[in-house]
Amino acid sequence: MKNLTCIECPRGCNLTIDDNLKVTGNFCIRGQKYALDEISNPKRVVTSTIKIKSLEVVRLPVKTSMPISKKLMFTILKYLDNIQIEAPIKCGDVIIKNICDSGANLIATRTILK
Amino acid sequence: MQEYEVVVIGGGSAGLAAALSAYENGLNKILIIEKNSSLGGILNQCIHTGFGIHVFNEQLSGPEYAQRFIDKLDNTSIEIKLNSYVTKIDKDKTIYYSNDAEGFQVIKAKSIIMATGCIERTPGAIKLEGERLSGILTAGLAQRYLNIEGYLVGKKVFILGSGDIGLIMARRMTLEGAKVLGVAEIMPYSNGLRRNIAQCLEDFNIPLYLSHTVKEVKGKDHVEQVVICQVDENKNYILGSEKTFDVDTLILSVGLLPYNNVLEDLGVQMSSTKGAVVDENYQTSIEGIFACGNALHVHDLVDYVTKEAMQAGLGASRYVKGLLKHGKYIETKNKNGINYVVPQKFCLQNIDKEIMFKFRVTKPFQNVKILIQDGDRTIKSIKKMFLLPSEMENISLNLSELKDCKSLSIEIMED
Ligand SMILES: Cc1cc2nc3c(=O)[nH]c(=O)nc-3n(C[C@H](O)[C@H](O)[C@H](O)COP(=O)(O)OP(=O)(O)OC[C@H]3O[C@@H](n4cnc5c(N)ncnc54)[C@H](O)[C@@H]3O)c2cc1C
Repeated sequence: MKNLTCIECPRGCNLTIDDNLKVTGNFCIRGQKYALDEISNPKRVVTSTIKIKSLEVVRLPVKTSMPISKKLMFTILKYLDNIQIEAPIKCGDVIIKNICDSGANLIATRTILK
Repeated sequence: MQEYEVVVIGGGSAGLAAALSAYENGLNKILIIEKNSSLGGILNQCIHTGFGIHVFNEQLSGPEYAQRFIDKLDNTSIEIKLNSYVTKIDKDKTIYYSNDAEGFQVIKAKSIIMATGCIERTPGAIKLEGERLSGILTAGLAQRYLNIEGYLVGKKVFILGSGDIGLIMARRMTLEGAKVLGVAEIMPYSNGLRRNIAQCLEDFNIPLYLSHTVKEVKGKDHVEQVVICQVDENKNYILGSEKTFDVDTLILSVGLLPYNNVLEDLGVQMSSTKGAVVDENYQTSIEGIFACGNALHVHDLVDYVTKEAMQAGLGASRYVKGLLKHGKYIETKNKNGINYVVPQKFCLQNIDKEIMFKFRVTKPFQNVKILIQDGDRTIKSIKKMFLLPSEMENISLNLSELKDCKSLSIEIMED
């Protein structure tokens, strides 16, 4: 049996998952999936910034398009140190496909026009 | 003199939603004045996800959430002035602002929406023993340096205060290669959202020291060590419980305060939240002047900022069109266990269908009821498993529930 705090929304349900993989304490279906992932392969969305050549800003905020294996978090962040792009960029643009073989794309989370 | 129907002061999530709502409700001469070089406010530095679950049913990052509203401005007549700072407003709604391009300017508005956000409590605002050293800074400032300027403020970090910004920064700095040695919280409970404790501290095995505070900061010119100490119920040090950490940075996440210089100078009635006293349309004690977002009361979720600001925008549009009625105000009272309630008063004639009350509890509660009463009559009673001061609660009441209502109080009933 394991107790977890669900991170899917600000409600933060207190979840319990027992040895038969039965999840309790969840308010919605997202909690069930979260608990199951959490004990087999915990996943997180990674957010960071990368260098951008622009007249407006020096950093572009980015995120993975979906939660990726927690084990890959530091690998991805290291990789981002050496990435640089140029404006214009639109919020939602794919910067790197399947980043570090995580299965997720790296996408821009802000529009920088100049 | 230029005259606008609505001038919105501040272009963060509150200002953006208020301006768009005023536009969608039929106003055309709308101006947003923003002191920064871009719109979005604090959201621009909140690059983590967790925004918009209620409004968009998605987990967006702060900049993404802001972008959704900024994109909507394109097809409107809403005017924007960036890099422009409002220094003063008068009761007759004259607005004074300045910027590099235009210098000092005076304009007039039929209505004003204050959406100036909040500021962080600083080392000066809390008591800290020890020398004034470099290497002590607020969590929001550290976040700005890292996420906007791309510059990590320290390598070995201790955090005082378990507010959400501090927790978010603990994770963010760890991911960027810093070592976060711990978080000290003077209260016996955390001041951040439960999920932030899980994903920002527990994920990285960062210890949280509850009922602890920083007793001393040591160093020559720059922070070298922090000494934390456990406190009793009266927040007095329990001597002998000191722990010392070798660090180069102390980050403070000790609270936010609504930022209202301009409103205070104007003599608007203020409340215990350090924001203005407002009614059902978020109108202040001066007719035609509205307030919303973190300038009114500190929010933990942007979704509620957006909803509040939309109501303020609707209110301003009705005020300009002369549609706001002058009925009797009913006061909302916070009783046992409730720290404050917003809005502090309401006029039934101006409510379309329902009204949302937002409040915080004074301390953590478990298995209690929230009671909403009109004198002795119970309007609503809601069971709650957990209530935390760090999480804003909200309850909507519809007009039929408020029929013949003479007073309204909210309190916690413990068994
Ligand atoms: C660090 C942090 C992390 C957060 N994390 C989350 C989260 O994970 N999920 C979530 O849902 N919510 C989160 N929130 C809460 C939410 O995002 C904010 O409460 C909300 O964005 C505040 O919006 P606002 O418009 O009221 O204030 P702000 O965004 O602060 O906007 C105020 C604007 O007014 C401008 N201004 C101020 N004074 C003047 C003046 N005199 N003249 C002209 N302009 C002026 C400022 O420059 C600023 O742009 C977080 C908040 C903070 C601070």
